Amino acid sequence: MANFRLCPDTGLYFDKNAESLIKVNAVAAVVSLLVAGILALGVALTRWPAVHLLPADQFYMFLTAHGIDALLFWIIFFEIAILYFASSTLLRCRLAAPRWAWLGFALMLIGAVTTNVAIFQGSSSVMMTSYVPMQAAPHFYLGLILFAVGALIGCFVFFGTLVIARNERTYEGSIPLVTFGAVTAAIIAVFTIACGAIILVPTLLWSIGYIAYIDPAMYRVIWWGMGHSSQQINVAAHVSVWYLVAGLTLGARPMSEKVSRFAFLLYIFFLQLASAHHILVDPGISSEWKIFNTSYAMYLAVLASLIHGLTVPGSMEVAQRAKGYTHGLFEWLRKAPWGNPAFSSTFISIVIFGFIGGITGVVMGTEQINLIIHNTIYVPAHFHATVAVGTTLTFMGLTFFLIPVLFRRQMIFPTLARWQPFLFGGSMTVLILFMMGAGTLGVSRRHWDMDFAGAALSFEYSGMAYTLMGIAGIGAVVAVLAGGAFLLITVGSLLFGKKLDPSAGILQNFLGIPLSRGTYTAQPEVLPMAAPVEEHGSAGFEAPGTFILAMILLISFVVYYFINWKYLSSVWPLS
Amino acid sequence: MTAYLPPAQRIWWKEPVGRQEILWIAIALIWCLIMFFMMPYWHVYGKQNLSNEAYQTTPAKFGEKVQAMIDEYTVRTETDQQIPVVAPPAGSDIYMLGRLWQWWPILELEKDKTYRLHLSSMDWNHGFSLQPVNINLQVIPGYEMVLNITPDTAGEFGVVCNEYCGIGHHSMLGRIYVKE
Repeated sequence: MANFRLCPDTGLYFDKNAESLIKVNAVAAVVSLLVAGILALGVALTRWPAVHLLPADQFYMFLTAHGIDALLFWIIFFEIAILYFASSTLLRCRLAAPRWAWLGFALMLIGAVTTNVAIFQGSSSVMMTSYVPMQAAPHFYLGLILFAVGALIGCFVFFGTLVIARNERTYEGSIPLVTFGAVTAAIIAVFTIACGAIILVPTLLWSIGYIAYIDPAMYRVIWWGMGHSSQQINVAAHVSVWYLVAGLTLGARPMSEKVSRFAFLLYIFFLQLASAHHILVDPGISSEWKIFNTSYAMYLAVLASLIHGLTVPGSMEVAQRAKGYTHGLFEWLRKAPWGNPAFSSTFISIVIFGFIGGITGVVMGTEQINLIIHNTIYVPAHFHATVAVGTTLTFMGLTFFLIPVLFRRQMIFPTLARWQPFLFGGSMTVLILFMMGAGTLGVSRRHWDMDFAGAALSFEYSGMAYTLMGIAGIGAVVAVLAGGAFLLITVGSLLFGKKLDPSAGILQNFLGIPLSRGTYTAQPEVLPMAAPVEEHGSAGFEAPGTFILAMILLISFVVYYFINWKYLSSVWPLS
Repeated sequence: MTAYLPPAQRIWWKEPVGRQEILWIAIALIWCLIMFFMMPYWHVYGKQNLSNEAYQTTPAKFGEKVQAMIDEYTVRTETDQQIPVVAPPAGSDIYMLGRLWQWWPILELEKDKTYRLHLSSMDWNHGFSLQPVNINLQVIPGYEMVLNITPDTAGEFGVVCNEYCGIGHHSMLGRIYVKE
């Protein structure tokens, strides 16, 4: 055990190799987010019609890089850190093949830099999706491939660590739920990266002239096998982090291990079918195929998310009620640690991911409804709800938690940190809602000028569309500032935060809010036995408040779903 | 114990599940099945469905068909680029091609008449986005998509390109007229 450090606050054991790798991956992630955020400002200020900042070539260059840095590099670097944390740290096990893990990190870093260089050289403004036959410079694809290979190595280091932990019996019984969720993410990641290799390797060869032709329709099908599945890695990863943060901040435990694990299992079986969402209005693909795949086989993966939507906040409610916050339906929520950014970011993320990200995703992924949404700015509205608020805000909250625990630095600007999740979540919600509105009015995504300057013909969007895009622009700028606040706090704390004595417990004063007592496992070798489940709810419901919230979600879902069918029925008949 | 520790009950899969979760799973599953049912239902009873008729083609072949229609049915030209305005008879095959950076030609249709619209691209991916009706279709080079379209509102409609297609993407704009 010489290579382990015991965190005095959480009882977590950090393997030295794993700890270093978690740190470098987290730092690379945060740097990617910094770049992505700066680019976001350029994109937002150009799409804000009254500002229209950048010229067209720079706009498309910024947009390409923003997508790749935010959606791939920030998130996947962070996810590799989570995989190492969920395996080595949570299972108290040495990391498998640390040299391979470093090689993986190096490949990811080289790949990320290479692709960014290709984009900023100006010859690869092809958007993240790089649909053939539009061609980028070869090193654009090469960078992505290197990054993917590095991430794949990370996944196998994770699997190897699980094997070691099992063989060396570092834990008893089954792996923790968070690790189970991470396994889900890693399995989906392997599938994702395989799709990426199948399509990007030939595309690289095509870009240097070894292959003459790549079928553009096939490219879209397989590319989205990577493109959407990579977002499913995010879902599995951030839902795992929700469970983790619920445990860390409230001492919550899963309402039912069986139900939560079953829901993760549904992700493995059905989430990958989602590539179909992107080709619903493509030629040459049958409706039967679209309906089966787009519904993830009868929406069984949506069912999984609906289950997590109940069980994560439900577990929080049960934990809060056990502490005595039992008045009415929502005292548990009112008295939750809203001043703790790890908690608040997680809860905001759950709400926005569910109410906006989830509902819009299912609605626009419906075969026929996609006709009125495909490639409008409604689409980025949807994935900002899932990825920018769902995944990114969750990871931001976890980062706030990791600064003292992992990096052993006291957080600077604690007041700003308290407000940051509300600022980011709120402004992103403004951006999302107004982009949804503009998309419903037909405003295109990935489009430099809604006035169509230089076009031979003319078309005018309604005044309302301009107003909505303007308000979305304001939301985006505030969100960038809130993202900047996150970077200021994290980078500032790493550089200038007071160094914490490695053996001292400081989390008792984590932003002045004590962590749940359930998280202090002073004797980590002996796993504490669970107390018998007590009934705290009413009418036999453990978490009645959460059930009400879930029913509100369901009603919003049903209403919004049928509103969109109604809207669809008003457009020109097609058959 | 908490989600980041191994389950307290080693035989966790035999623990009973609470009523609340079972109820929610049942409700959610029913809703998922309703949503699944809606798509086939709309194919039978709804009026907005894609025909799924499509052919592999080449830019040259598709271009010839477009030109044949233009030669036969052009009624006038517009703008200094002399963009042909084509008014094919109701019920006929009509064509629109996307290329860097225009939709070609302009179509003039009759309200409440059905046409077989063929779409393809000469070069890269384009997005056929009929505005303000808001019908959006992916147009892919090498593939010819056919759909039966029945304009039920008269007026002047824009065809925005909503799939990024390079530096002139924002200037790619077409038009469809619908006459009473």
